[in-house]
Order: sequence, then structure tokens, then C-alpha cells
Amino acid sequence: MSDTASVDPRPNALSAWPDARGRFGDYGGRFVAETLMPNILELEAAYEDAKRDVNFQREMGEFLRDYVGKPSPIYFAERLTEEFGGAKIWFKRDELNHTGSHKINNCLGQVLLAKRMGKTRIIAETGAGQHGVATATVAARFGLPCTVFMGATDVERQAPNVFRMKLLGAEVVPVSSGTGTLKDAMNEALRDWVTNVHDTFYVIGTVAGPHPYPAMVRDFQSIIGREARAQIMDRLGRLPDAAVACIGGGSNAMGLFHPFIDDEGVRLIGVEAAGHGIETGEHAASLKGGKPGILHGNKTYLLQDDDGQIIDAHSISAGLDYPGIGPEHAFLHDAKRAEYVSATDSEALEMFQLCTKLEGIIPALEPAHALARVRDLAKELGPDGVILMNMCGRGDKDVPQVAEMLGVKL
Amino acid sequence: MTNRLTTRFNELDAYGRPGFVAYMMAGDGDSQALLNALPNAGADVIELGMPFTDPMADGASIQGAALRALEAGMTLQGVFAQAAEFRKANDTTPIVLMGYANPIHHMGFENFARRAEKAGVDGLICVDIPPEEDEELRKALNAHGIALIRLATPTTDDKRLGTVVENTSGFVYYVSTTGVTGAGSGVVTEVGDAVARVRAASGLPVAVGFGVRTPEQAKAIAERADAVVVGSAIVDAMNEGGVEAAVELVKSLSAATHGAKR
Repeated sequence: MSDTASVDPRPNALSAWPDARGRFGDYGGRFVAETLMPNILELEAAYEDAKRDVNFQREMGEFLRDYVGKPSPIYFAERLTEEFGGAKIWFKRDELNHTGSHKINNCLGQVLLAKRMGKTRIIAETGAGQHGVATATVAARFGLPCTVFMGATDVERQAPNVFRMKLLGAEVVPVSSGTGTLKDAMNEALRDWVTNVHDTFYVIGTVAGPHPYPAMVRDFQSIIGREARAQIMDRLGRLPDAAVACIGGGSNAMGLFHPFIDDEGVRLIGVEAAGHGIETGEHAASLKGGKPGILHGNKTYLLQDDDGQIIDAHSISAGLDYPGIGPEHAFLHDAKRAEYVSATDSEALEMFQLCTKLEGIIPALEPAHALARVRDLAKELGPDGVILMNMCGRGDKDVPQVAEMLGVKL
Repeated sequence: MTNRLTTRFNELDAYGRPGFVAYMMAGDGDSQALLNALPNAGADVIELGMPFTDPMADGASIQGAALRALEAGMTLQGVFAQAAEFRKANDTTPIVLMGYANPIHHMGFENFARRAEKAGVDGLICVDIPPEEDEELRKALNAHGIALIRLATPTTDDKRLGTVVENTSGFVYYVSTTGVTGAGSGVVTEVGDAVARVRAASGLPVAVGFGVRTPEQAKAIAERADAVVVGSAIVDAMNEGGVEAAVELVKSLSAATHGAKR
């Protein structure tokens, strides 16, 4: 610390947010019911303490290596590079993690923290089921009872993941209030938390919710960008021209972006789900089609109507089907440090098939959205360019849904 | 400007009588008729719910009421219109709006406060804006004479209580249990201790709610608090039996409350 105290308490690097109030610029904060405030403050203190504890960091590092399978490799997608005819495309292969997506990076951190805080029960919300499965997995490993809230609509369209969670010993609670999707699952998880505030740890799956969740989840997910940055420097001796990731709440994107925020030459590109197209109103693109508001503990961009009521998101991908976005993305958007674009359901479906056919990698429908914009960007950057895309999940879970959409009966 | 809330609690205090606070959801059923009927049914203060799509602190009853109200086309403007209509015949019963941050934020805090004042609204309870985040809203409300009523809960320890009661006005709403609206109420003796603690810290009347459904419960709470709040039970009665059933329930609850000895 400098002894010439600055009058302006705001962080001076974009990567140094949030401030002490949990704000990223005007976004973020702690918008929760009073019953939860002491818990939020307790969690913040416990997390700050764990961050500085070498034993906690060592334990997490060991589980990341031996249980999750870190580090995940980076991979040169040669045939897609040829197909798109431009910049070189590299995948960060977080779909190779245990449980098949980046979600476990964060679940591991939060469950270890829960254990450290003496909490005896885990709850989580889930959309596609990837976060639910990852949470149920880690909870099983540490012998903690786990309840996962999942929208009733999602329970139907993600039946294999529901069964996986049950095998892992979790209780899956279908939420039929509202429209039965991810936002309703989050409402119900908050209702459970406010009721069982003393013994329960709420493992939020994305970089949203009240402070410290957006910063904490980002920190746990930043292993994606830290590894990828070192790996690409090692392989190419240079940084990529762009880092690209899909965005629902934005945890894989924030994890990829954060270690690159101060690298001004690296474009950060987030791809939201445009559903049937932003112009149709049936989409999940909160930055492109939403306005700043307050929901689920934070201030951020939200899909909402003229009366401030939340509008249901739509996406082919249950993992992107959320009417909000993490507050740090809202901040990077307004600061113009990151670019936010979108891809439609049909583009994602096309990329899902193309990547599978050319690379032998079945991407989840979520990163298939990112790939659609990687195609454009590859042409724009030309053959000298390098694109790093996070392959945040594998698509096995989506095979039944894709078959149905292609009119194939399994 | 005379604050109807202060006047009302002073009156209750002068009579040595606990107050009855009735919650209802604007836009659920013939809500204007229920609103207009509440003072004669014995409501000393009215909490008028502003419907929201994602009421994450509410149990099934009030969630259902909010969705029905939105389905029927209720908006924040519509809530103000109901309050204004009520004020044509009643200038004494305080109206406190209760709801969530996003619709208020969307309208703009200043705009919201101005319209609320014009509609004859006296206070606001915003569930998901804790003291740490409410400065902007509070300033706007203060400028228009609207009380910001904060919630204290069983998890609000002594360290935090100071933060909660600082800058609160009108009364303090003590949530008797950790949970959502409509859940079972807390142990009555513990409620009594908590009310004393909150009253001492705030110097304001303390109303107790969450999970009070029957005249017996209302009476037990009323013996220990300045006022009793009932919401989910009234909302259920309205949904199942219409205005008449809701009014009958309010009559029995308010009679039990007013009859309690403090």
C-alpha cells in the first residue's frame, strides 16, 4: 500500500474490481433479504480468509489435479481452422474435466469452503444440469447431503442429468413456480437458503448473485484463463488475438477472460444466446436485449418489460437460458473492454454438428454458440491471427435433444 | 406534511392497543374492493403488495397472488391508481407498499417516490434492498415524505441491528422466523425478546409478521408487539372465497389483535 493515500477508493485496473462493496462499477452489490445479509457477510469473511490460507489453496490444488484432471490441455483445431479459412483456432479443453464441463472448478472451491465453514448441507440451482451434476459430485465426494433445485421444464428436457444427480445421492427438487426454468430454480434455492440459513451453504453456479459470489466464482474459474494463457505462451510464444467464450450467467467466460483483462492486445469476446433471433424477443441475450436492473442479489443487465417484470429467456441450450448476466460482464461491456455478440439456436445446432464431424469433439450446445462467432472472427483476423476459445463442456448430454431437433428417432 | 404512520401508531399507543396490519396483493381478484373495505374490517395499517415475477422471499400463497395479479395486467402504475382511489374516501389509514427492487429501480427511485406521494402512499418495504444498498432509494423517499421501513430478522444480531434501524422510519417490521412469507411463525417468547430489543434500538414501533394465520396466533403476538402483520392467510382467503371471505378473516384477526392485553 502506498502511504500517499488516494482519495478515490476505486480500483485503477479493470482486473482489480470489485470494490469493498462488491461493486464492479455500478453493477453487482448485495441485494438480498435481511435474513441472508449476515450469511453473505460471513461468507465474504470466510472466503477472504481461505484465499490467504496456503493449506486451503494446497488442498484445492491437489483435488483439481487428481480429481478434476487439471490442467486441461489446449488443442489446435486444425480442421476447423482449415474449414473457416482464417485465424488459427485453439480450444481450451475444459470439457475434459471430470463431470464434463468447467462447472466443477467452482463447485470444488465452494464445497471445500463450505466444509471449512462447518456447514453441513449443500444446495444448488441448475439449468442444463451441469452445475447440478458437478455440485452433487463434489458433495458426494465429501459426504455432504445435497439438494439441487431444477426447473420442472428443465427436469423434463435434461432427464439423463437428473438421473445422474440422483445416482450421486442428491435430492433433485423440480421447481414448477414461475415458468419452471433456471431463474425459478434460483428463486427456490434462495427460499431454501433463507429458511435453512444456519447450516446450509448455497453453491451458486455462475458469476452472479450477491457479493462475494461473482468475484469468488470468477476466482475459482480463473484457472481456465491462467492455464490457457501460460499454455499458449508456451506453445506459440505469444498471446492470442482474441479469447472467446459463450455466456449464460458468464462463469466460463469470466474464468477465461479475467487473466487476460490487463493484456490490452487480447480481444475478449462473449457470445450470448440469441435463441430464435434477438429481433423475435425470444432469446437469452441480456446485454444485447436487456437493461440494467436488480435480481437474484445483484445489479446487472436483465431481460425485462416496460414495468420492470422479468421476461423469460429462450435458448436451445438450457445452460444459457437465464434472463441475467454476471455483473462483471455488465461492467466490462460498459467499459468496452469486452465485446458481446450473439449466436442463434440454429447456428449453435450447425456448429454442434460441424465440430463433431471435423474434430471428433462433441461440443455442448453452449460452446457451440461461441464457435459460430469464432467462424466470423477467423475470417476477420486472417491466417496470422490466433483465437483461443473455451470448450467449456462436452455435448453428450445434448445428444438426445439434438437428435430430436434433427428429426432422428433414437 | 403529517405522516399517517406516525399519527396512527401514536393513536394506538394512546389507546394502549396493539395494531393490526393487513397485507394484500394489488391486482389479485377485486383488489380495489378489498382495499377499500380493510379499514372498516379493522386494519390499522395496510400493506399493499406490488406484484413481481420473481418473488424470492415469498412462499407459495403470495407467489401465486403475484402471478395472478400480473396475469390480470397489474402494473406499478396500477398499484398507485388503487392507492389513489382508496385515498378518495380515506385520509387516515396508512398505506405501505411492499415488493421487490426491480420494478422500483426500473421506474427510477425519484419517479417512484414522487408518484407514490401523489397517490397517498406512506411507506415502502423493499424486500431485496438491504441497508448497505438503499442510500439512493432512501434519499428519494425522504424527499417525498415516504417512510422506508426496514426488516429485522432472527439473524439480525446486536452488531447488525444498529445498521438496520439507522435511517429507518415509520415502524420496524420484525420477521418472526427465518424463512419465506407464510412459513410457520417463531416461538412466541423469543419474539417478545426480539421485539423489545428492536424497539430499544430503534425507538420505533415494532410490527411482527411471517406465518401468523389464526386469531389465536395474532393475539399471542399482539401481547408482545406493537402490531401484528398477516399476509398469506388473507391472500388465501381472497383467492378461495373472494372479498367477503378476506374481509371476514380480517375482522376476526383484527378483533383478536385489538383484544390482546399488552
